Amino acid sequence: MWNSSAEFFAMGGYALYVWSSFGACALILLLEPLSIRARFKSIVRRLKQEQLAEQFDKESGQ
Amino acid sequence: MSQINNSSFSNSRLINWFKLSSPSTFYPLAGKLIPLFWVLAVVFGAAGLWVSFFVAPVDAVQGQGYRIIFIHVPTSWMSMFIYLMMAAWAGLGLIFNTRLSAMMAQALAPVGAWMAFLSLWTGAFWGKPMWGAWWVWDARLTSELILLFLYLGFISLQASIDNPKRADKAGAILALVGVVNVPIIYFSVKWWNTLHQGASVSLTKAPAMAQTMLWGMLLMTLCLWMYSIAVALMRVRAIILERESHADWVRQLSEVKN
Repeated sequence: MWNSSAEFFAMGGYALYVWSSFGACALILLLEPLSIRARFKSIVRRLKQEQLAEQFDKESGQ
Repeated sequence: MSQINNSSFSNSRLINWFKLSSPSTFYPLAGKLIPLFWVLAVVFGAAGLWVSFFVAPVDAVQGQGYRIIFIHVPTSWMSMFIYLMMAAWAGLGLIFNTRLSAMMAQALAPVGAWMAFLSLWTGAFWGKPMWGAWWVWDARLTSELILLFLYLGFISLQASIDNPKRADKAGAILALVGVVNVPIIYFSVKWWNTLHQGASVSLTKAPAMAQTMLWGMLLMTLCLWMYSIAVALMRVRAIILERESHADWVRQLSEVKN
């Protein structure tokens, strides 16, 4: 169907429209899981710090 | 006596659904399921893109520009489907007062909002070359925009109420009332005379398009479906940790322990 990669990327003159659509989707589908992972890591870090603080309280209380 | 009978009854069930609805059992299960859904999303996505760009023939009228259909229709379908799922979880939470249901609704809202946004975005980039306009106040476009606002309203309403129980209740009512918009989107092309084309796939009629195009759309839809589940499970795990941070089982988790 495509004779060259240049022809593929040109999309029969619709390159701007086709690649803007697929590009935006690819970008969002990539960024969303990354932002969730960052959120997950930050909550785990907070929980760890809380436990550490509690441990410290217990040990210094003795 | 009746108590003994009750407990043996619930133990004899193959899966105890109410036990699964507890965050402490669902959290590790979701963690195991996430990689599976990622693999499925990648496989369906690769197959779908291959069909969309290398198998489906060029359109007689719209040339190569029509290929936007392979991302536009799946995002639109998912935006409506995720809304129904979100409203169903929110409704279950309202009826049974289960904590996890409300968290599931909350986890689904952002991915649904992104799907609605992408549906509008890809629609604009399809409308410009074919209709000559990025946007028109057409029934289908306007009702899809309202769907995006419903998602954003749900997210901001939940975020604006401090008490999680009250936030869940208010959000559930908003989500359930908004369900009325989904059939409006779906039937808008029939009920009103619109610029937007009619349904490309119908359950009652033979599809008005080439078989390969239908396959491309279905594979891309499956990809986005699996992606949405994976992302919702990831987000619900974060929400569970945030909301249950003082529960004993959270403190015992290996990832939280020092």
